[in-house]
Amino acid sequence: MRDRTRSTLPPGGNAGQRRPPPWEALSRPPRSALPSPIGPTRRSFLTTLAATTLPLPALAQGFAGMASDAEGFTLPTPNPTFTFPQDHGPHPDFRIEWWYITANMTAPDGTPLGLQWTLFRSALAPTDGTGWNTPQVWFAHAAVTTADSHRTAERFARGGIGQAGVTPDPFNAWIDEWHLSGPDFDNLRLAANGTDFAYDVALVATAPLVFHGEGGYSVKSEQGQASYYYAQPSYDLSGTVTLPSGTIEVTGHAWLDREWSSQPLAENQSGWDWFSLTFDSGEKLMGYVLRHTDGDPWSVGTWIDPDGTATPLENGEFLATPLTTTDVDGREIPTEWHVQTPSYGVNLTVTALNPQAWMDMSVSYWEGPVTVQGSHSGVGYLEMTGYD
Amino acid sequence: MIRAGLQALLSHWRRNPLQLFTLVAGLALATALWSGVQAVNSEARASYDAAAATLGEGRYDQLLPRAGTSLPESRFIDLRRAGWQVGPVLEGELENGLRIIGLDPLTAPGGMGPVTATDDLSLPEILAGGLVFATPKTADRLPPDPGYRVITDPAVAPGTALTDIATAQDLLNEPGRITRLIVSDSQPLNRPPLAEIAPDLIRQPAQAGSDLSRLTDSFHLNLTAFGLLGFAVGIFIVHGATGLAFEQRRGMIRTLRALGMPLTTLIALTVTELLIIALVAGLTGTALGWLVAAGLLPDVSATLEGLYGARIAQGLSLRPEWWLSGLAIAIGGTAIAASGALYGIARMPILAGSRARTAMTTRGLRGLAIASAILLAAALLLALFGTGLAAGFALLGCMLIGAALALPLILRAVLTLAESRAPTALRQWFWADTRAQLSGLSLALMALLLAMAANVGVSTMVSSFRATFTGFLDQRLAADLYIVAEDGDALEAFLAPRDVLIRPVMDTDTRLAGLPAELGGARVSPIYTDNWEFLSETPDLWTRVETGEAVIINEQLSRRAGLAPGDTLAITPDLTLPIAGVFGDYGNPVGQAIIGEDLFRQLHPDIQPTRFGLGTEDPAALREALVNEFGLAPAAITNQAGVKALSMSIFERTFTVTGALNVLTLAVAGFAILMSLLTLATMRLPHLAPVWALGLTRRQLGRLELARAVILAALTALCALPLGLALAWVLLAIINVEAFGWKLPMFLFPLDYARLGLLALAAAALAALWPAIRLSRTPPADLLKVFANER
Repeated sequence: MRDRTRSTLPPGGNAGQRRPPPWEALSRPPRSALPSPIGPTRRSFLTTLAATTLPLPALAQGFAGMASDAEGFTLPTPNPTFTFPQDHGPHPDFRIEWWYITANMTAPDGTPLGLQWTLFRSALAPTDGTGWNTPQVWFAHAAVTTADSHRTAERFARGGIGQAGVTPDPFNAWIDEWHLSGPDFDNLRLAANGTDFAYDVALVATAPLVFHGEGGYSVKSEQGQASYYYAQPSYDLSGTVTLPSGTIEVTGHAWLDREWSSQPLAENQSGWDWFSLTFDSGEKLMGYVLRHTDGDPWSVGTWIDPDGTATPLENGEFLATPLTTTDVDGREIPTEWHVQTPSYGVNLTVTALNPQAWMDMSVSYWEGPVTVQGSHSGVGYLEMTGYD
Repeated sequence: MIRAGLQALLSHWRRNPLQLFTLVAGLALATALWSGVQAVNSEARASYDAAAATLGEGRYDQLLPRAGTSLPESRFIDLRRAGWQVGPVLEGELENGLRIIGLDPLTAPGGMGPVTATDDLSLPEILAGGLVFATPKTADRLPPDPGYRVITDPAVAPGTALTDIATAQDLLNEPGRITRLIVSDSQPLNRPPLAEIAPDLIRQPAQAGSDLSRLTDSFHLNLTAFGLLGFAVGIFIVHGATGLAFEQRRGMIRTLRALGMPLTTLIALTVTELLIIALVAGLTGTALGWLVAAGLLPDVSATLEGLYGARIAQGLSLRPEWWLSGLAIAIGGTAIAASGALYGIARMPILAGSRARTAMTTRGLRGLAIASAILLAAALLLALFGTGLAAGFALLGCMLIGAALALPLILRAVLTLAESRAPTALRQWFWADTRAQLSGLSLALMALLLAMAANVGVSTMVSSFRATFTGFLDQRLAADLYIVAEDGDALEAFLAPRDVLIRPVMDTDTRLAGLPAELGGARVSPIYTDNWEFLSETPDLWTRVETGEAVIINEQLSRRAGLAPGDTLAITPDLTLPIAGVFGDYGNPVGQAIIGEDLFRQLHPDIQPTRFGLGTEDPAALREALVNEFGLAPAAITNQAGVKALSMSIFERTFTVTGALNVLTLAVAGFAILMSLLTLATMRLPHLAPVWALGLTRRQLGRLELARAVILAALTALCALPLGLALAWVLLAIINVEAFGWKLPMFLFPLDYARLGLLALAAAALAALWPAIRLSRTPPADLLKVFANER
């Protein structure tokens, strides 16, 4: 999950300090694209508009407002039954949904790289349709991270006009020319282009899907906020990454998260720290901690055996403590963590490959590859929200 | 001591309220002119900015259909799916002329443009459609419709309603259509070339500045030049007043120094005093400038809209940039004007005599002569070798200031000559006394010189523009009727049996010699051959154009691409034609080339003319036939007289603005003369008393004073005329070419100059009247006292 995490949508902020609306982004092309969007005195109305009244889960209080009312939107219920491939497609009657890929890769010379690709769907109303006025908004983030560079891009689209969308069979998730597509969910091709980077990689699944929480029903708080959440953590990856220095062949493995909900976070949850770790032993650990403005954090996790067998962790089993923080444009971001799950003998130091992997998007957050040392060694991805 | 010092300094003004008034009023007037013009300019520019921000024009490249006026919105999706970061725009006009612009806020590179966010608007609402943004005035023109909600927003360009693309499609009844695509500045890697994915679209590059602002720059340039001249005139006044005040306070300053006040304290106090005065005058001036701007704005906006189609909001808003600049310029002006006086204080020996120096010293004159000669020489060099707009302005500055500095020298020479030729002692005294007064009046006279020269220069320029443009209109509007007809072939068939000359209007945007340009097709007929005049031409021009053997180009293209008759021009990659002639094309920002109709149709078979000019002996009968027999809507027919009248009315507006500024600058100069004479009046009693004692009556003395002012003004006016003409020449032949690419022929308007001269004389006489009357009523006792006080 990015479950919650992601669910929350990218940015988050402490409940205490009101952050600029995550959706600011909506109104704006990526910053790099626009030297000066409009005069400083007149912000694009979108910017503010988006900020003030987005019904998106993203806005109310708590991290990105995920605890907002779910008027008319369907809420997740326990004991879900998923139907595939249909459930790989969109669920327009839920407020928020994403297709989230992170990958740890290596160049032929052993240089580590990470990539991210996320397609978000955000519903303004629980209906779908065709035409400009369809109340579904799509946006996407892509990034390539190396030890000394972090390149990002962002796209926006309305639903209903064909600029972005997801079809389950054959699977195709696209926005503009970016796409994650293939004959089925086990064989996919992922491509995205930014102004200064691009990637085009093939993904082949080597294990079954993993359902987090109770069979894919993932609870985010004691009040019962929840989402539907499953993952494919075992893709073999091969393809190319283009950087200003040239195009390189890469291999590695990718982790895909699928999650949708209508109100994933409680109001007093200010952000989360999410880890997806792949150990050299073939075992995997997904765990995240939801930080609260009042009281103890809520932790969620799943232990995944090499054959794909998943075991949910109880609240409190997954522990993550910051060891080192890094100044990222004036924000104190924990970039080295002590991660423990005693029931599985896990006692790790998790270190960011590039501490400056800040996603400076309409909704901003930290996301980047990490290396793992200690009781287990390996690689993974770390996502942190609510540090604005 | 500081307090006592300040009190002592300020006491001077209490004893000389008139001087204080001169200082404050002069500075305030100068600031008013400057900030008024700035206010008008910044208001106008803000309007263009709003328009440009709305349209994304100028800042971004655009993709336009190669043919037709719109394209299906699926082309937008195609381009996005190929990686091109573009945003769709649908633009059109409602029946009442209101412009509707629809954007997709999620993909438009500039978002929703200038629309300001408010609390009760949300993105979902906008995306859901049905919100229309417009200024309150524009909002009134939107037809009432329950299908949308109007949000008033002053930042939207006037006459334009901004809305979501879906709503625009509804309003304009263009479902599924867009008119163009805005191309974002930042594009991803791996994008296929446009020719591969959208050969039906043409990319129009962003312009450094929008067409609109480039065009209107000419107008703003004139206004700014006027504002600056007005300010310069005001600074001369201030310089005179501060100079006088310091001269008269030399005794006080010496005393203060002798009493032990340190020089630095003294200077600090003086600066404080000046700062207070500058602030008061600056605030007053800015307020006055506001009034000036409010008065000018309706005419300015009418002019700009008529001339260039630029729409300007009518309301004036209080922009910090202009009132701050008004204050800054008042303070800066005071600093410039007073720097000499401050320098004088700093250098004054404590024990120097307190006598004010009133006569202009030979050394001072020599300094003036040298400065003037240097500036005029620089102007000459700039005229000969300078290139670029900046050099043009430097030339203007050097020329005007150099000439102003030379004025006292010229006047002195003329007065000396007159004195030597004077037949009687009285006249001899008159000339000598006039010359003696020169130093006191010279600043005011320089102000008058600049004001008059500005008036001569600018009115010559505007009138020349008008004269040229009238001739140009005759040439361009040679047909008698202009009509719009959807079916051109039917129209031609209908007109064929009648004795009518037909001029179909065919043109298209293209690139020529690497520059954006228009290509037109001409059906050669007497409409062209009898009326068009060329700046340069070759024999058999029209025959060669008609047969497709040659092309004619406008002056803009000729100058920008360095082309002349005899050169060749590539019309398409495969077709290169010799240039047969160059025609004047005033007011058009882009280059234009015209080829024969047959050739044009061959190159652009898809362009069907819908606009036609018709030449006939009897326009009324033809009009009737077109309406009754051909079935053309009367609104689709315009007669030439109407178009010309419209064009000329635009110029009348320009004249209103120019005229108002003329009167204002002259008024400032008149004020300068009045104040100089008033201050001189008291100092002059010692000079006049002996003449009075010799038997001249006070009334005679008063008349002589009046005559003196008029003679000096007349001499100044004579100097101003050539200076003004030189100014006009620089504006027309240098600045205009640098700024806009065409040269305007210069015409002379002697009657205007005569009227202006009389106006200047009247201003001078009026200014001298009060001091003269005062003199004629001076009690004899005061005159007698002069002898009693003789030192």
